[in-house]
Amino acid sequence: MTLGGIDIVMLIASMMVAATPILLAATGEMVAEKAGVLNLGVEGMMIMGAIGGFGAAVLTGSPVIGFLAAAAAGVVMALLFAVLTLKLLSNQVATGLALTLFGLGLSALLGQGLQGIKPPPTARLPLGPLADLPVLGPIVFGHDWVVYLSLALVVAVRWYLARTRGGLVLRAVGENPDAAHALGYPVVRVRVLALAFGGALAGLGGAYLSLVRVPQWTEGMTAGAGWIALAIVVFASWRAERVLLGAYLFGGITVLQLRLQAAGVAIPVQILSMAPYLITILVLVVMSARGGRARLQAPAALGRPFVAVR
Amino acid sequence: MFLLEKRPEASRLWTWGTPVLAVVATMIAGGLLFALMGKDPFLAIRAIFWDPLFGPNASYFRPQLLVKAGPLILIAMGLSFGFRAGIWNIGAEGQYVIGALCGAAVALAAYPAENLLIFPAMILAGALGGFLWGMIPAFLRIRFGTNEILVSLMLVYVAENVLSYMAHGPLKNPQGYGFPGSRNLQQYPSAHNAEVIAGTGLHWGVLAALAAVVVGHVLLNRHIFGFQIRVAGQAPRAARFAGVNPDRLVAICLGGSGALAGLAGIFEVSGPGGQITDAFNVGYGFTAIIVAFLGRLEPLGILLAGLLMALTYIGGETAQLVVGLPAAAIQAFQGMLLFFLLAFDLLTHYRIRRRRIPA
Repeated sequence: MTLGGIDIVMLIASMMVAATPILLAATGEMVAEKAGVLNLGVEGMMIMGAIGGFGAAVLTGSPVIGFLAAAAAGVVMALLFAVLTLKLLSNQVATGLALTLFGLGLSALLGQGLQGIKPPPTARLPLGPLADLPVLGPIVFGHDWVVYLSLALVVAVRWYLARTRGGLVLRAVGENPDAAHALGYPVVRVRVLALAFGGALAGLGGAYLSLVRVPQWTEGMTAGAGWIALAIVVFASWRAERVLLGAYLFGGITVLQLRLQAAGVAIPVQILSMAPYLITILVLVVMSARGGRARLQAPAALGRPFVAVR
Repeated sequence: MFLLEKRPEASRLWTWGTPVLAVVATMIAGGLLFALMGKDPFLAIRAIFWDPLFGPNASYFRPQLLVKAGPLILIAMGLSFGFRAGIWNIGAEGQYVIGALCGAAVALAAYPAENLLIFPAMILAGALGGFLWGMIPAFLRIRFGTNEILVSLMLVYVAENVLSYMAHGPLKNPQGYGFPGSRNLQQYPSAHNAEVIAGTGLHWGVLAALAAVVVGHVLLNRHIFGFQIRVAGQAPRAARFAGVNPDRLVAICLGGSGALAGLAGIFEVSGPGGQITDAFNVGYGFTAIIVAFLGRLEPLGILLAGLLMALTYIGGETAQLVVGLPAAAIQAFQGMLLFFLLAFDLLTHYRIRRRRIPA
């Protein structure tokens, strides 16, 4: 199936690959925000995951260890943010920015000498003849394990938030931390754990960029993916299934503009490259223009500091 | 166990003590980081903070201090007002780029005419470009309630693509043998932002930065606008009762900081930068965020913080020469500084008490 010289099946398959880093990061950030913490440092955690995962995978030759290291790097960054905002009560917006600036700098420093190296390839799931099916093969069965992991995580997060006791407590902490505290729930601990989860997923997302999607290390390679993940959480009005929708839409736009560039369409490359960012702005405007509804979905205590009263 | 007790008012001592403490802590932590990389930490720290001012090549580096501090102070001054009021413009980098583009476009349109009015027209165009780019998130927030943090940041990537398009297209030097990049404004007398006093690095942009500090100081401390900004930041509800129009505040803060960032851009491209290229912007818009916080969002503090940050930029270059420290190290160093500052800020707003064990 082709349309204007672009193969639709391959387009959808590569859309899923392009969307996975953002999907992972946005899912994690959504959980953190559900607990009431606004971590603007997603970009910083992602890029640390990208370099951490890349370095570990190149050193050990194992992409799995790479992804584990990336998650660990994301968690460390998230815990840094947690200590600052939850223990030392710093401003969440400023601290998130600091996390991003620090991550971009430190990753560039750690990545010295890693440029131009090819990482070990991440394996596709051995699904045998299924992957050779027409149409369904490349779309449903032809991916590496991280794509399926990201989808499983979306399902798991949705189930956890909606159906479990832990999810209920997490949401309570994000909606009304004082009430949760009064009921005896450990507000700060819940928030730290939610942040760490978000960091791990952002790290995985970053590693997916450097190990699969690109795959190599370049300075500042996340190029705003972390910020787009933050925008997608708003677009999704803090619901897991809509995060999936948003990330895939965004992945689709990214891949489409890349294909149009490759097909040599008579639009300047730069105009096509700015399309994803412009569309993100457009989406944010549409969501906020729908008025109170989107805002009502936001966790009530999002971004507010919490100080336990004895 | 320790207990935090909120101070009724921010401690004056710690308001200015924390930046100093943060710089010292960053030197220590940065030194450790450099030591881990196998570099002599003492040599590295000396190369960053001492050599540019007093080292063997100081006469070359000293003028660079003002060249780099100028844009940082100008941008940070604009950002500080919004940050006080809880209006977060983090897209100054984009406004800087657009300001440079608009101003340079005026110059290139006038080329090769020589006229005293060309330079002022460029400056105006630069400020206007930055202002309009900053008004996009302002308009969207006022009209639709859209989050200005994300919009202003997304616009940085849009601006960078516009820059690349301009450098390869409309603003490309027709006599540049096909290379991307505009004509060099340093070779166009009417458009050149030359040093006011030769050999000092003091160009018109640095004077503009100093003027911004003075005007900012008066506005913040002696004008109703400064009062409104303070109230809006500390007690948004009280601000509404005090007659503060929140929409107007958003427009002034985002538009104003955009204009100042645009000014920084045009002064840079017509002076030290010289030409519009793909890699014209080097992140002043983001570093200025650190400068604003390090300067405690106070004009005089920003002046000092801008000079210090400029020093680390230049110090990064000397450290590259002296100990072979990679250029990226300085970026990590600057990020670390902001972290320590935010962490130590606890001391400004809280008292730490030892919890007494009840008898």
